[in-house]
Amino acid sequence: MSDGVGGIWGLPIALVGGALRVSAPYLFVSLGECLTEKSGRINLGQEGTLIMGAMSGYGVSYLSGSPWLGVLAAGCVGVVLGAAHAWLCSLPRVNDVAVGIALMLFGTGLAFFLGKPLIQPKAPRLSSFELGAWSSSAPVRAALEINGLFLVGVAAAFAMRFVFQRTRWGLVVRIVGEDADAARALGYDVNRVRFAATAVGGFFAGVGGSFLSLYYPGSWSEGLSSGQGLMAVALVIFARWDPVRCLLASLLFGGAGAIGPALQSIGILGGYNLYATAPYVLTFVIMIATSSARRTLAGQPAELTVAR
Amino acid sequence: MPLGGIAVSFAIFGGFVGLAGANVLDVYYQMYRGAFGSWFSFQNTLVRAAPLTLTALCTALPAQLGLVIIGGEGALVLGALGAVVAAHAVDGGNPWVGLFAMAAAGCAVGGALVALEGALRTLRGVNETISSLLLNYIAIGVFKHLVEGPMRDPASLNKPSTRPIGEAYALGTIPGMDVHWGLVYGVIACVAAYVLMRRTAFGFAAKVIGGNARAAQLSGLAVHRVVIVTCGLAGAAAGLAGMVEVAAVHGTANASIIVGYGYTGVLVAFLARQHPLGILPVAVLIGGIGASGGLLQRTEHLPDAAVNVLQGILFVVILASETLRGRFGAQVARVPRSPPRPAPAAPTQKAA
Repeated sequence: MSDGVGGIWGLPIALVGGALRVSAPYLFVSLGECLTEKSGRINLGQEGTLIMGAMSGYGVSYLSGSPWLGVLAAGCVGVVLGAAHAWLCSLPRVNDVAVGIALMLFGTGLAFFLGKPLIQPKAPRLSSFELGAWSSSAPVRAALEINGLFLVGVAAAFAMRFVFQRTRWGLVVRIVGEDADAARALGYDVNRVRFAATAVGGFFAGVGGSFLSLYYPGSWSEGLSSGQGLMAVALVIFARWDPVRCLLASLLFGGAGAIGPALQSIGILGGYNLYATAPYVLTFVIMIATSSARRTLAGQPAELTVAR
Repeated sequence: MPLGGIAVSFAIFGGFVGLAGANVLDVYYQMYRGAFGSWFSFQNTLVRAAPLTLTALCTALPAQLGLVIIGGEGALVLGALGAVVAAHAVDGGNPWVGLFAMAAAGCAVGGALVALEGALRTLRGVNETISSLLLNYIAIGVFKHLVEGPMRDPASLNKPSTRPIGEAYALGTIPGMDVHWGLVYGVIACVAAYVLMRRTAFGFAAKVIGGNARAAQLSGLAVHRVVIVTCGLAGAAAGLAGMVEVAAVHGTANASIIVGYGYTGVLVAFLARQHPLGILPVAVLIGGIGASGGLLQRTEHLPDAAVNVLQGILFVVILASETLRGRFGAQVARVPRSPPRPAPAAPTQKAA
């Protein structure tokens, strides 16, 4: 096989590589959203959290010189925003969908405001493992550059499934999400559990944002996120509230997001804007296919307003 | 209008810009100056308020049914595109025919988009908030594809645009003002929405569905039809906003249309507590905040996103203040409104 970009393997290799890179933000946000929704609340503000995470992660990485410190800072910012969402929703008569939209606007605006001085400077980026070092082909090596943070996300997906299925904490979150009254009867503080689940969910979304600014595309700009935080919400529905299925769905969405750049890499340039909508179209089609007017979805937390 | 919430939001914003190193009182003064300080700036505010009145209806009308739709942005850009296509189709005709064709096309395209979201919700149980957001992104992608590709005017070099609609079809200004007729469209649309929702049998049906969709269905109301028609009207309003932006401001369809009027309209609708007439003063207020952004940037050296921060604070504070409603005196606890929680338009077979 030659190194030529026009080779018959060019497109699938670029797609796989793109999927591995593009899917990480989806993975982190969907894991966080999965946790939040399992507790019976939906957080549409994850989009704002993602952008704030991207901005603060980049800023801290630039100031401290350590990208991993940036990842941690992004997660902490996510905790703050998640806690804000949880607190607002715990007030009586406050609607979680509307609060999510509000925090999405707020997070985006705040990130653009504070991030203005960060557009120019170059922050140190996260390093990656060269899993393709065995290959002599440049596209293969480029495709198999795996970032450590992505592997952390993969591990987190399996860990979260274990927590949900096998631990007391996971069980408590599930009870609160299935039947708040039953949880209260058992003596659990529903609001406190949801507060914790939303705050930790925000941590994941913030980390997902730092992946955007610190690895791929790897810089801070106002057009950095294109709705990944929102698609993650739909992705969780598609994944039936299962963390490991979130991982698979993220890879699928990442692959859809990589179609445009992959086609560009083999020299097909027309219709770029249409290919860029592939993840949205995919989400939309999946939502229509999996919804039903007559039954609730398998695995859906019964307290969730999104499909009630 | 929730004046208390607005005051609290401005106080928080003042603290924020104070921390960012600006002179707080000066910021307030510049915002006033940029939005309402002179006849010129007030007209600028009104020009920004015009599309907001229409896009806010895109959220406020479905809200009467308990639906949270944020598809105004998508309906606006596709409405703009539809208006341009219509203008080219009747090129060289009577200006009235041209403007009517553009408005009809904008309404039809925007209405179809949001009616689809409503239909999917009521017929198939697809969450309308998420589907409307996804369709926004898809609509913007289609818009960019057509404007930069098949519909691109070869003469537009730096900024891909469609062929101009031509001077004859431009939407003029209200006599005595520098504000285009789109503002009048918006006022008429809001009044019509108020009459429809509060004074007709259709509006009553919508209110019943918003209260309890299952009860509405059992009492023989055509739930699906009311949901789809209401969403269609909502989308038509946002599509009309796109037509206004094309016909009165840009004269062509290009990326300048996509400045977030659809999303800001969501904020306007929530600030007005989804009341069709409440939209009018709120749209002027939010239009004014938007209009003052440029002045803040020049005089206070604040980033242009300062306006977005203020809008976000407003949105959060207003939602949080919902919890205090009815506790301070009777004047706020007038009519029992449809609950803020999105009630289902599609009944599910849940035991609850």
